[in-house]
Amino acid sequence: MKNFNLRDFGAGIWERANRPQRVAIAISAIVLASLMPFAGGSFLATPIAAYDAVLVYPVAIFVLMSLGLNIVVGKSGMLDLGYVAFFAIGAYTMGFLGMHTSLNTWEIMPIGIGLAMLAGVLLGIPTLRLRGDYLAIVTLGFGEIIRIVALNVSWTNGPNGISGIPMPPDLGPIKFRLDDQKGFYWIVLVMILLTIWMIRRLSVRRPGRAWEAIRQDEDAAELMGVPTFKYKMWSFTLGAAVGGAAGVLYGSKNLFIAPEMFTLNVSILILACVVFGGIGNIWGVIVGGVVLGYLPDRIRFISDARLLVFGLVLIVVMNFRPDGLLPRKKREKAIVKKGADA
Amino acid sequence: MFDVFIDQFWQLTFSGISLGFIYVLIALGYTMVYGVLRMINFANSEIFMWGTFGAIVASRDLFKYTQTSDPVTGPKLVLVLVVQLFAAMAFAGLVAVLVEFVAYRRLRARGTNRLATLISAIGMSIVLSEVMRLLTASRPVGSPRILEKIILTEIWGAQIRLDTLITILAAGAIFIILERFVKLSRMGKAIRAVSMNEDAAKLMGINLNRVITVTFLVGGLATGAAAFFYVTVYEYTKFNIGFTMGLAAFTAAVLGGIGNIRGAFFGGIALGLAEVYAASILGTQWKSVTIFIILVLVLLFKPSGLFGEAVTQTRA
Repeated sequence: MKNFNLRDFGAGIWERANRPQRVAIAISAIVLASLMPFAGGSFLATPIAAYDAVLVYPVAIFVLMSLGLNIVVGKSGMLDLGYVAFFAIGAYTMGFLGMHTSLNTWEIMPIGIGLAMLAGVLLGIPTLRLRGDYLAIVTLGFGEIIRIVALNVSWTNGPNGISGIPMPPDLGPIKFRLDDQKGFYWIVLVMILLTIWMIRRLSVRRPGRAWEAIRQDEDAAELMGVPTFKYKMWSFTLGAAVGGAAGVLYGSKNLFIAPEMFTLNVSILILACVVFGGIGNIWGVIVGGVVLGYLPDRIRFISDARLLVFGLVLIVVMNFRPDGLLPRKKREKAIVKKGADA
Repeated sequence: MFDVFIDQFWQLTFSGISLGFIYVLIALGYTMVYGVLRMINFANSEIFMWGTFGAIVASRDLFKYTQTSDPVTGPKLVLVLVVQLFAAMAFAGLVAVLVEFVAYRRLRARGTNRLATLISAIGMSIVLSEVMRLLTASRPVGSPRILEKIILTEIWGAQIRLDTLITILAAGAIFIILERFVKLSRMGKAIRAVSMNEDAAKLMGINLNRVITVTFLVGGLATGAAAFFYVTVYEYTKFNIGFTMGLAAFTAAVLGGIGNIRGAFFGGIALGLAEVYAASILGTQWKSVTIFIILVLVLLFKPSGLFGEAVTQTRA
């Protein structure tokens, strides 16, 4: 039992399953996840905020953002401490366009994602050539700068923020109401599934291999002919895109946004989710997002000291279990096995 | 837009230099740790913040001064200031050593990757600031006025105030002492040896762990001294002041060439001036944005800084 590894155990089940079994596992997981909002009456109920609202924010949005940040931190090994900036850009795009144009949430979504990606490129150009710790501190500064800009320019309405942001229009049977947030939950769930699908597709193809090479040894990757800057930029902007999408949804769900919602703390919380569950592993990141998003709302005394707990999580996990709860799959094993088969 | 800048040029220059000396000492904290570990000490900003509380604890709780008490005079003044300075340095030094023990040591011993160490340091900095936030209930803490802000003289229309003058002189003296320590002392020699080549230093019988702890301690003491001057001039602190000061001082260290002690000096002064000038032209709310833009520009065009080494290459 010493070498028991939950990640490998889960991966083993998946590996042994044939196609219909895999489809069955995936569908039942998705159905189970989409039924979560109905479990509000059970022991899962949250004492302060409404349970279905907690499921949307923080839980589902944290999971979505953690998946996005995981592309940057987990896949290519770059520490982005300003992830909140892309979230804020998405939210402010939603707020501004939602108030001043007749566009609805779904039409603003691609614009918000595009602007977040543009910000990612602009920030990436000067910084992605630098070593990891410089990237960390520059992104840290960037996250704070976006907040300061939002605080001081007139079109964001400064510290008062933007209120009365329109809700998304109903999508057929899915309704978006303030007092019943199941619709939002399902939409975020769809976006989570899309993100997972995107990451899984990319991971097994050229970008995924390039990221893995960059993460393990950037110089060696460059020497082997991997265009490291290009793939780092892709990972950075894809992460930004997911953050922007989460921001648009958050703005539309919350009806009100203000600069104080987009502090450095959000970046740290998301980083803690990624680290806690297992850097680089999708399922680990999801578990991290769910646990760290949900617990502070369930257990009262944590919510006051939420950030303290998350800071401790970062230290303890890094020092005692640097791969998190569910460590990433050891890639070299898979490669060796393939070689033996051939 | 430029009216204030032109009218008050000399006044701004003087306060910029005095702010610059505070940055010099914090930048020293970043640069020393970087020198031996080749790692940015993310928690340095919070070490600074704890230092400011050290200074206030000394004047408020040890000497029982309050916001309404009269400024101190005579020999007592010197005593209180020196005790405050030592308290700030002790707080910051202890926190710095704690940071090394909790966030760095174990990971270094195991030789895990840089990412893990960075995240651990970030966690430590969050924990330090959150503990203080909970202790002070998120409220700003005012410092009793110890040193009366006497205007000594005016040069070209710039008021030379006692507190800022003392900051410049004393911070300059502390900088020289630390620079000499690294240059001349046996321990300083060991620190420089480790920063040149860690493995060779180890083979020469240098106790690596001790050198690293001492480096954190010295960096912490410098940062703590900066914290004391900050409290003396601004008479205020809060759990979140570390971020802006840390970003500025880090930019100063990068501007001067991180890892280079003299570079920290010039970077600090240059950044102090740049910040004060920018605040007068653009307004104080854009101060951090200016600092950040300077940081990005330096990294973009001269990442080695004015006096330093290249930072783009990866080093083990």
